[in-house]
Amino acid sequence: MSAFNAIGEEREIDRDEFTPSVEPQPTWCPGCGDFGVLKSLKQALPEVGKTPEEVLTVTGIGCSGKLNSYLDTYGFHTIHGRSLPVARAAKLANPELEVIAAGGDGDGYGIGGNHWIHTARENHDITYIVFNNEIFGLTKGQTSPTSPKGHKSKTQPSGSAKTPLRPLSMSLNAGASYIARTAAVNPNQAKEIIAEAIEHDGFAHVDFLTQCPTWNKDARQYVPYIDVQESDDYDFDVTDRREAAEMMYETEDVLNEGTVLTGRYYVDEDRPSYLEEKRAVGELPDEPVAERYFDEDAEWERSYDLLDRHT
Amino acid sequence: MSDDELIWRIAGGSGDGIDSTSQNFAKALMRSGLDVFTHRHYPSRIRGGHTYVEIRAAGHEVQSRGDGYNFLLSLGDSFARNPQEEAYYGNEEIKPLSENLDDLREGGIIVYDEGLISEEDVADLDLEERAEENDWHVFPMDLRGLAKEHGREVMRNTAGVGVTAALLDMELEHIEDLMSDAMSGDVLESNLEILHESYETTKEEYDFEHDLRAPEGSHETEQALLSGSNAIAYGAIDGGCRFISGYPMTPWTDVFTILTQNFPDIGGVSEQVEDEIAAAALAVGASHAGVKAMSGSSGGGFALMSEPLGLAEMTETPLVLVESMRAGPSTGMPTKPEQGDLEFVLYTSQGDSSRVVFAPGNIEEAYEQTRLAFDIAWEYQIPTIIIYDQKLSGENTNVDVEFFDREPEPGLGSTLTEEELKEAAHDNSGKFKRFNYEDAENGVAPRSLPGQKGGRYLATGNEHSPVGHISEDPDNRVFQMDRRIGKLDAIREELDEERPSNQTYFGDETAEYGIITWGSSQGAVQEAVQRLNESGHSVKGLSVSDMMPFAEAEVTDFLESVDEAMVVEMNATAQFRGLIQKELGRFGDKMTSLLKYNGNPFEPAEVVEGYEVNLADEDRQPTAQVRIEPAAGD
Ligand SMILES: Cc1ncc(C[n+]2csc(CCOP(=O)(O)OP(=O)(O)O)c2C)c(N)n1
Ligand code: SF4
Repeated sequence: MSAFNAIGEEREIDRDEFTPSVEPQPTWCPGCGDFGVLKSLKQALPEVGKTPEEVLTVTGIGCSGKLNSYLDTYGFHTIHGRSLPVARAAKLANPELEVIAAGGDGDGYGIGGNHWIHTARENHDITYIVFNNEIFGLTKGQTSPTSPKGHKSKTQPSGSAKTPLRPLSMSLNAGASYIARTAAVNPNQAKEIIAEAIEHDGFAHVDFLTQCPTWNKDARQYVPYIDVQESDDYDFDVTDRREAAEMMYETEDVLNEGTVLTGRYYVDEDRPSYLEEKRAVGELPDEPVAERYFDEDAEWERSYDLLDRHT
Repeated sequence: MSDDELIWRIAGGSGDGIDSTSQNFAKALMRSGLDVFTHRHYPSRIRGGHTYVEIRAAGHEVQSRGDGYNFLLSLGDSFARNPQEEAYYGNEEIKPLSENLDDLREGGIIVYDEGLISEEDVADLDLEERAEENDWHVFPMDLRGLAKEHGREVMRNTAGVGVTAALLDMELEHIEDLMSDAMSGDVLESNLEILHESYETTKEEYDFEHDLRAPEGSHETEQALLSGSNAIAYGAIDGGCRFISGYPMTPWTDVFTILTQNFPDIGGVSEQVEDEIAAAALAVGASHAGVKAMSGSSGGGFALMSEPLGLAEMTETPLVLVESMRAGPSTGMPTKPEQGDLEFVLYTSQGDSSRVVFAPGNIEEAYEQTRLAFDIAWEYQIPTIIIYDQKLSGENTNVDVEFFDREPEPGLGSTLTEEELKEAAHDNSGKFKRFNYEDAENGVAPRSLPGQKGGRYLATGNEHSPVGHISEDPDNRVFQMDRRIGKLDAIREELDEERPSNQTYFGDETAEYGIITWGSSQGAVQEAVQRLNESGHSVKGLSVSDMMPFAEAEVTDFLESVDEAMVVEMNATAQFRGLIQKELGRFGDKMTSLLKYNGNPFEPAEVVEGYEVNLADEDRQPTAQVRIEPAAGD
């Protein structure tokens, strides 16, 4: 018998199950885009048939990091920038868990940038949602890696001299196998994309545009959105690296000029996930390692056998 | 300094196979019935540069590298395989001979490779004169030529072993066996030829006037040769560890590599990751999801781990970290030991943070305490750190195999099964009280694992309520803090009452003078205490392993029982002595320090000298590179 019966349970799942029945109420400001991510996750998870107990949401620190405080799954609210390494290992320890990592643009693209690049490179089978509000929210409005050039904040009073980071292109170059951008003001698309990302077998990076009405009133999140797939102006093949790269580049350019393009940018179903790659070279057992500890018949090889013994 | 021991030093260039040759020779000596202890001295470079390994072998127990040595096999030319236009400093050809003469004992043997070391260079050393003075017996041999003739030049260390065996009157049987285990085909053939030819030639060419012969001994039980890193890796496996994540840094890399190489066969997972923050964070993630996990590093890498370490503590995620010290600050001396990270390991991470810290003193303790670390970490849901150093990491000694005769302990400690979860505390809404403080025994609130039915909760590095919600409620804060901190008292009680002591005692129980040490300095102190007692002094020793929670009762008893104590440790600021004073709040006027921080571990004779100087005259410093730090008034 499995020690993890909530995993793979077949039943009708109500989205209300993902809402904590007691405190806490979200501490997010009214109108915050983070509500949109919470909502789309609550809609997507039952849709893809996940029970709250088989889902592990791992977050960083920031307003965004509070996501799993208001979402009733198994959760791990880690430390600033470190959600991905924690999430990766949980998946390796028990590949049957549905692991979703989330955090802010400061958290994920700034302090956690190194982990992001390497998680994408290795194509870990986890979903990564970055709440991109182009600002540090929780620490009160400092410039973030995605804030546009010239952005003024208390730490860049004369306007930022830095060119913003290009998250989609970065992820593609690093090796992510699913890359999309969506927005809190676009709930239908957001739900669909999150559901797809969860079902994707490999590293699925969703750059989720969220507005921060408190610190970033100027952000372009309020202008109309265009879905790149649905618009005739932007015809490209999402499975083609070069075309995707070109589209991302264009998108990331126009984002700073006031046009917001969202949608799927790159979907590679052929690239094996890290779990598969690691199994193929004999570095990962077929059965989840976490299950062994509950298996009474498990054989625990001794280190004693490793010794060279002689009288 | 007993005469019935061999301390064989093989010196040459790093990358010349000195490590594997000495490892095999140590095994051969062990198989011939001797107790062995090895010591590695190497520079921080991969190929080229002078390096040596010492093997001490005797028919009785050996606890340290000993003082000096009595057999030098000098291969010659530290850069022979890696010619460089501008060789480092000095004359590299002669270094394996010239650099090693100072520590060679009277009556010792020198074998050097005259195929690589030139006559003029030797003449410059005044070797003849010094040999006469010290009664050294010098045997120039063309090791390189011999090797070349039958195989390849690199096999000159095999030739050296053959010469050694001949000069010591050893049988070749064990050496041959080990060679056959390690290689095959042409390579084996050539090596065997070289071994025999060098053996025979030596026997024919020379009359042996020296007294040194291979000591005799026998083992009644099976023995295994292993290093401190092996012992930690094996202790982890037997403690149920099946996940390791790391980033290479000397000397921690050894543990990381050994586990990585063993895991595919025993169903474990190893990850080499982007940095040490990630390494420790991965271990936290794997542990959270239900696998016994470990990570580790050396000083600089461990610094990066302080964040995930605190996270593990706050979320009560069990975790074992190892910290293999090397000389600091910063990158310090990458390949030299020091016991300078004690305070760092005890107090790193913000807040009133606590963890369990064990400092094993020898190879058996390294195995035992690593197992214990896993047990305690999972039972009490607390990070546990094994602190050791480059010396213990790399030294090899034989251990009675019976020592390992015990069952593995894979259990997840205070983790619930789904059945148990049904009975566990839940709040009114039906949520599992993961961080329940109401009836937590010993501070421990049983945990669930993601994927289990009925155990959903939020783990967070923020202060949190019993179900895991972020909370700044003052009452909750105090309850949770008290519960978490209370674990240390419970652990201390368990260690004192239910477990065999991790502290090691030696010497004469009734002695009025005590020597206290910790970690890898244990062996040298143990031997020094033995020698002092043999020469008519009355001294006893204590080596402490429990750094946090501190072995308060045992150290208090020991210090109360002596008039004076000397604390021996390898650092410049007397960190362990400071810890004793902090923990016990007294004894400042009883303790003197003997400190060494030049990159080389203590030799027993230095501890003996420190004792003598301390007793004789407090103002004098010992002659060796050690320092006496006098007692401070309370
Ligand atoms: C190591 C560390 N450095 C800094 C902080 C302070 N800090 C908390 S949240 C945050 C930035 C949050 O910005 P972002 O990730 O964009 O998330 P948002 O709040 O906008 O959702 C910072 C710098 C911290 N908690 N830990
Ligand atoms: S500060 Fe900004 S990001 Fe944070 S909750 Fe308020 S609106 Fe949302």
